[in-house]
Amino acid sequence: MRISLVVALLLWLIMTLLDVLQVLAFRSDVDLGISPVVPVLIMDFFFVFLVLYYRLRITRLESTDFIDYLWRVFAIGLVATLVSVAIGLFNSSIADSALSKNPFLEEVLFSLRFGMVSVFLISTFTVWKKLILYQKSKRLVLWWNVFEGIVLLSIFFDLTGAELQTSDLFKVLFGIITLMALILSANLKWVAYLNFKQKWKSILLILLITIYLGYFFTSIYVPGEDTMDNLKSIDNLFVISLFVFLLFYSIFSLLVILFNLPTSSVFEKKMEEAINFQRLSQSIQQGENENQIFDILLTSSMSAVYADAGWLEINRNKQETEELEIRRKNLSPTNRLEVIEQIKTSKQKSVLKNPLSKATEQDQTLVVFKKSNFRSVLIVPLVIQEKVAGHMYLLNELSDGFNKEMINIINTFASQASISIENFRLLGEALENERYKKELNIAKKVQRALLPENLDHDSCFQIHAYTQAPDEVGGDYYDTFKLSDHKFVVVIGDVSGKGTSAAFHMSQMKGIFQSLVQLDLAPDEFLVKANKALSGCLEKTSFITLSYFVIDTERRSVEYSRAGHCPTLFYSSQNASAEFLENKGLGLGILRNDSFKNYVFVNRMTFQKDDIIVLYTDGISEASNHSGEEFGYERMKKILTENAKYDAVSIQKTFIKKLFEFCEDKNLNDDYTMVVIKFK
Amino acid sequence: MLEIVQTNENNYISIAVTGDADASSSIKLDKGLRSAFDESHSNIIVDCTNLNYISSAGLGVFMSYIEEINQTNTTFIIYGLSEKVLKVFGILGLDQLLIIRKTKEEALAEINGL
Repeated sequence: MRISLVVALLLWLIMTLLDVLQVLAFRSDVDLGISPVVPVLIMDFFFVFLVLYYRLRITRLESTDFIDYLWRVFAIGLVATLVSVAIGLFNSSIADSALSKNPFLEEVLFSLRFGMVSVFLISTFTVWKKLILYQKSKRLVLWWNVFEGIVLLSIFFDLTGAELQTSDLFKVLFGIITLMALILSANLKWVAYLNFKQKWKSILLILLITIYLGYFFTSIYVPGEDTMDNLKSIDNLFVISLFVFLLFYSIFSLLVILFNLPTSSVFEKKMEEAINFQRLSQSIQQGENENQIFDILLTSSMSAVYADAGWLEINRNKQETEELEIRRKNLSPTNRLEVIEQIKTSKQKSVLKNPLSKATEQDQTLVVFKKSNFRSVLIVPLVIQEKVAGHMYLLNELSDGFNKEMINIINTFASQASISIENFRLLGEALENERYKKELNIAKKVQRALLPENLDHDSCFQIHAYTQAPDEVGGDYYDTFKLSDHKFVVVIGDVSGKGTSAAFHMSQMKGIFQSLVQLDLAPDEFLVKANKALSGCLEKTSFITLSYFVIDTERRSVEYSRAGHCPTLFYSSQNASAEFLENKGLGLGILRNDSFKNYVFVNRMTFQKDDIIVLYTDGISEASNHSGEEFGYERMKKILTENAKYDAVSIQKTFIKKLFEFCEDKNLNDDYTMVVIKFK
Repeated sequence: MLEIVQTNENNYISIAVTGDADASSSIKLDKGLRSAFDESHSNIIVDCTNLNYISSAGLGVFMSYIEEINQTNTTFIIYGLSEKVLKVFGILGLDQLLIIRKTKEEALAEINGL
């Protein structure tokens, strides 16, 4: 890059020197023996290297600021003009002295001026190229390349010695270049991207550039009377083409910018809307909260429709009666109430259908007032998660202040803001859910701890328990208690319903059991007392079923009572068969008065070696498969009979395995618990 | 899913229950019974011919009316229970507290004091 500049500079020096030499030779009638082609060639190469330099230079500048480019052109033009003017002044100041007639000085000064003008022309050319090729198409690039090629080739046209006035070829080529320049000058897309201020700056800069161009053109085209023939470089096709092209493009852009001035605010508005739209959609990522989104919505909506004032009514909670949150702008609270009153009484209301929704509550309303500060009001509903969560009121001092275009923009703003808020809320809900999950996990652990890990027993029987709940917490309960060395209590229960409420009642049951069991009550007495205790704290529609067993290993007997719980499955080793223990009973909490005692009974039996008691909850007996068939009592009897020879753990495992096989892949939707006791 | 249809006859209110009475649908069952009881009619019959399934929550709804039935001297009769559903009522002991009949005829006979 630097090299090309140095070469151009050297060439210019040589050119100047040659000219001076020629003048010298001309004066002293000495033939230098230099071909007339040589100075022309040197000049051509000077152009070539200058073009090269600026081409390299411009590619380094990757600025999209057009004003910056124009400023560079202007600056070079300014320097060139100042040099030119200085030379002019210098010439006039020495007009009377001997120097004025000094051809050497004149030659040097002309050369200097010529060099400056060339620099200006070529640098302007490269900048104009950049501007023309802004947002280029393939076709445009092709056109430009052809044009640039012809212009660059025209540098060497002067080798032919043809002149504008005489040569037809010159005229034809000049015509072609002018035509192409005209066509290319229509490419002014960059103008559209200037804002209002930049347009004014551009106009000023281009106007000055045009003036320079005009000045240089006249100063070179109209040389002094006494200038020698060989200095009339205007006959150079390259220079003249450049002038024409640069002038065309300058004038074109000047006019286009000028005529674009009135509409530039529209373009800027659109850009601003696009940016606002983006802000609305990005606001979540920036960690903004709902209020900020609402503020952005109100501000950008107001600026988009030139509203003079406005407010947002936001209904934070789902309840309709909830106080509305108001966010006002350019409006006092009393004015707001006045406007609301006017909206109510106004007769000029028009409803604008929301194209995205059928619900009438999601329609926009346009209200026109006759006598008020504000003449028109646009009411836009904010729909969040398919519910109207608020309204935006936009006020304009002009009647008919809102056109269709504006309403469309407001629509997009409102829906984008709604989406942002919806996302924000969903995110919040997700976090909240995550928290609930953690809480539930804690509840699960706590509840798990309510069920005994070690079951009380002695060497006379094995006992094994298993429980599972589809939800984190459940309502199944089992427990044991050692009354004495050979007396044990085993209890199994099921709270009506599922999930959290069942889990709370289950923990109450645990408390009641642990307190009452110590009194060493008969099973029916225990149930009566438990019913009384539960009557006060159970929900109206809740009840608890319970089976209560007292095992006496010394007497080898069992006493039991059933409070509405599933009948106990009993395997008698003597009979080698299983059956359900039939006895009457009533669930706890069903009758919350003294008559309960009439519904519970005690049964007694003795046990033999290898007898088995299976306690379970209805989650097992009522588990159903895809065809709606229940696991049922018969199946349970059969499984127990077939597996009676195994120990308690194996029996439980087989039961659950068979249960899963029966249900196949159908999810169990109830809590299921099983306690297996095997006597020795 | 649970469907509740109430029809008011001359001397009784009939409530037909269709579908499954599980934890979620039992609220609907409660609403249906509540509105019938709110009419303070002395005779209410519940047609459970098409009640496929009842969970403990559903039983809890029936249970919660026992006291009211006794206090208001309402004749409250459930009929048409399938074997499966009847068994569930029986295990819990509700058959001892509620009047359960096989058919509508039997239920009406009970009302008419035959």
